[in-house]
Amino acid sequence: MKAAVIVFPGSNCDRDAAVTLEAVTGVKPAMIWHGDEALPKVDLIVLPGGFSYGDYLRSGAMAAQSPIVRAVKAEAERGVAVLGICNGFQILTETGLLPGALMRNSGLNFICRDVDLTVERADTAFTNAYTQGERVTIPIAHKDGSYFADDETLDRIEGEGQVVFRYATAEGGSGNPNGSRRDIAGLIDRTGRIMGLMPHPERAADAALGGIDGRRLFESLTRTLN
Amino acid sequence: MPATDTSVIATEELAAAHRMGAEEFRLACEKLGRAPNLTELGIISVMWSEHCSYKSSRVWLKKLPTTGPHVICGPGENAGVIDIGDEQAIIFKMESHNHPSFIEPYQGAATGVGGIMRDVFTMGARPIALLNALRFGEPDHPKTRHLVAGVVAGIGDYGNCMGVPTVGGETNFDARYNGNILVNAMCVGLADANRIFYSAAAGAGNPVVYVGSKTGRDGIHGATMASAEFDDNSQEQRPTVQVGDPFAEKLLLEACLELMAEDAILAIQDMGAAGLTSSSVEMAAKGGSGIELNLDLVPQREEGMTAYEMMLSESQERMLMVLRPGSEPLAERIFRKWELDFAVIGTTTDTGHLVLRHKGALVADLPTGILADEAPMYNRPIAPKPVPAVVSAEDVPAPNSLGDALTALIGSPHLASRRWIWEQYDHMVMDDTVVRPGSDAAVVRIHGTNKAVALTTDVTPRYCYADPFEGGKQAVAETWRNITAAGGKPLAITDCMNFGNPERPEIMAEFARAIEGMGEACLALEYPVVSGNVSLYNETNGEGILPTPAIGGVGLIADVSRVATVALKPGDDIVVLIGAETGHLGQSLYQKQATGRVEGAPPPVDLAAEKKAGDFVRRLIEAGITGTVHDISDGGILVALAEMAIAGTRGLTFAPADGLAPHAAAFGEEQGRYLVGVSRDEAARVLDEAKAGSIPGRIVAEVGGDAIVIGGEKPLPVGELRRAHEDWFPAFMGGKR
Repeated sequence: MKAAVIVFPGSNCDRDAAVTLEAVTGVKPAMIWHGDEALPKVDLIVLPGGFSYGDYLRSGAMAAQSPIVRAVKAEAERGVAVLGICNGFQILTETGLLPGALMRNSGLNFICRDVDLTVERADTAFTNAYTQGERVTIPIAHKDGSYFADDETLDRIEGEGQVVFRYATAEGGSGNPNGSRRDIAGLIDRTGRIMGLMPHPERAADAALGGIDGRRLFESLTRTLN
Repeated sequence: MPATDTSVIATEELAAAHRMGAEEFRLACEKLGRAPNLTELGIISVMWSEHCSYKSSRVWLKKLPTTGPHVICGPGENAGVIDIGDEQAIIFKMESHNHPSFIEPYQGAATGVGGIMRDVFTMGARPIALLNALRFGEPDHPKTRHLVAGVVAGIGDYGNCMGVPTVGGETNFDARYNGNILVNAMCVGLADANRIFYSAAAGAGNPVVYVGSKTGRDGIHGATMASAEFDDNSQEQRPTVQVGDPFAEKLLLEACLELMAEDAILAIQDMGAAGLTSSSVEMAAKGGSGIELNLDLVPQREEGMTAYEMMLSESQERMLMVLRPGSEPLAERIFRKWELDFAVIGTTTDTGHLVLRHKGALVADLPTGILADEAPMYNRPIAPKPVPAVVSAEDVPAPNSLGDALTALIGSPHLASRRWIWEQYDHMVMDDTVVRPGSDAAVVRIHGTNKAVALTTDVTPRYCYADPFEGGKQAVAETWRNITAAGGKPLAITDCMNFGNPERPEIMAEFARAIEGMGEACLALEYPVVSGNVSLYNETNGEGILPTPAIGGVGLIADVSRVATVALKPGDDIVVLIGAETGHLGQSLYQKQATGRVEGAPPPVDLAAEKKAGDFVRRLIEAGITGTVHDISDGGILVALAEMAIAGTRGLTFAPADGLAPHAAAFGEEQGRYLVGVSRDEAARVLDEAKAGSIPGRIVAEVGGDAIVIGGEKPLPVGELRRAHEDWFPAFMGGKR
């Protein structure tokens, strides 16, 4: 699997994503500067975490208008898989590639901690190495991670199976950390090729750092896209 | 703002308005051979301010040990540099941003973080970790919540956006900080040992280049403000606080590191306190050269800025560089790529003068020596106060129940979990945080290797107030101990000396004695000072803060799989105490809880015993005998045991020492001690080895169950203790306490 990681000014999880991709796939991803005109031919495009363009105006809003994201959109339409992590998820909702919006956390503060997630879909390109209903632990680190959509949209995306990860609120789970509606932590689009999530799977892929529950997300992609 | 016409010749009155005394003004005129003009006065007064000149502290700072086998560069540069092998270096420093943070907590703290990161990446290092040391007033003081919220958000937003993990720190509350909080930020960076960048701009005819953000009117006189006491009108100084833009700094970091990979930079200095003035003067003075600047070329945010304003602005996210002639196009291309300002604003000269031109006129011409090495230096009088007598355990009332006392202590403002703070910091970005906040030291892996650094910040201000010498020793020793408890070999420290008004002999004595104590500990532990910062005049309406020499320590872990944390783990059956027990309750948190005061002498630090015990414990970790170690500090053994139990969700049975009053055994704060979790089989071996090395040790707890059992008292469920420990901070910040 060949991947590209988009580097915006202000991206800061670009290296982490690249290190994890290389560790899992054995192939160094291409690092694509936001000012680059064209994307190389790849199987997966990663929009990494961070503060693209300083997240001024609104998290992900400026990146969503950037030329490189227009190119990403075009690639997505051709069927290239797109993974948005944290700020990447915010960019994907801002571009409209994924529904809804990510608002200020309900507690108003930035939160960095491990959270428990329930795997809602284990049959996607991004999650097929997990088991349906499984509980996994992956860190979050964000201030604007409260997922919002109106009821109609929520009913629709639930009905179409677009919710891939939820914060685990059942007994023993760490709960909903940010006030996301319906505990939504990660979404996939209707085509099944575009996914965004607030938790950072690339931070849970090396046993030396704690857990490795995020690693299987990259393993799923490798398995699917190879 | 005073008139800025350079035809204005400075007078004593004008100098006084710049917080420059008549004597210093006369000295300046004498050295210059004339009275300075207003712009020159602004430059001289800021360079001679306590903040920039260290005029009260230099004579004492010289006494600190600053050399050692690992030291590549000691104090005097932007940050200290130590060798961690494999041609890699760690560059680190801690710095205060106290005054601005009290006036405007969010921006004050944020720009403190931004400033310390620039100090580190100026030298060629990529920042890999941030820490902080925070002191606030008492929790029920009306300003405290506002200050805590603002400072934490400011630190978090800046570091989080930079993508550098904030991995550790400490927070105290004390009424003595009600009118003057302390915000000390530490940055640790990683560099190639063969590619360190310094600030000395030797040689004439080289281009002087300005990069980063534009210069505005913010922060003018920030360094002068930081060199004066506060009064009730301090809030009026809000316009002197700088405004941070972490996004601009992130771009500046990446651009600088990209240029540093080329052979283009001869010297580089960040624009921190006193901005363009201090950066240009320091580069020229250190390099023995001169600098001539055309201020028309300085990128400006506002129209009509005067030379005076440009030279004294403390706008953030700016750097000054001297480039190898001919490399300007390469440098410009890189800075333009990152959408930053880039301007050649002058040239180095061989005149030894700082020469400024603006709108065609010569606006300043000052010998750099006057501004740097020849700045006034004072050996201020000291009047040490007597050290209080040791308080005996019998003079501190025993509690009805040790368990109740423990629950109260661990849920008190002093010992409650700081999770509310550190969860607002991204402590995992960069994917190398091996031990997260909440343990004795944070452990950050050196990217792409099996090595790691152990990092901590510590000082116990109440000890320093009671006895600055022992307190200074203790601060250094505690960082050494925390690094050791994580499995690290302590290498060097940075110090951030926060004190009151040095013109008062009793305050100057606190400073002097703390330095002497620190120096003694540094020598005994082979643990030199490589960088630091002094913040004086931390007083409001004549009341000083507690003397607070905050120490930031860095240690090396050779094998990242051999680290220890405080949490009791499934294989731990026994907790062994390493170190002596005397039941020292003077200055303890228990004494404060039981009597409402801290009194008597602080616990002394026996540096020889400290080293022996620490080296022993580190060997246990390195040999893989234990992965569970906690140093014993505030609150004593029982609090430390409870912290291990809470972190590991395991119960234990505490065995207090024979022959000591139980409350003294439980809560005494004797120094140089560790708790080590081991299997039953290893316990005997560990104790035998300790005995062979004449190191005191005994079994202090049996691990098991889900409660803490103390004698015949009702068992304390670990879950309840956790709630007491975790609930205080969020409840306090939520206004529920």
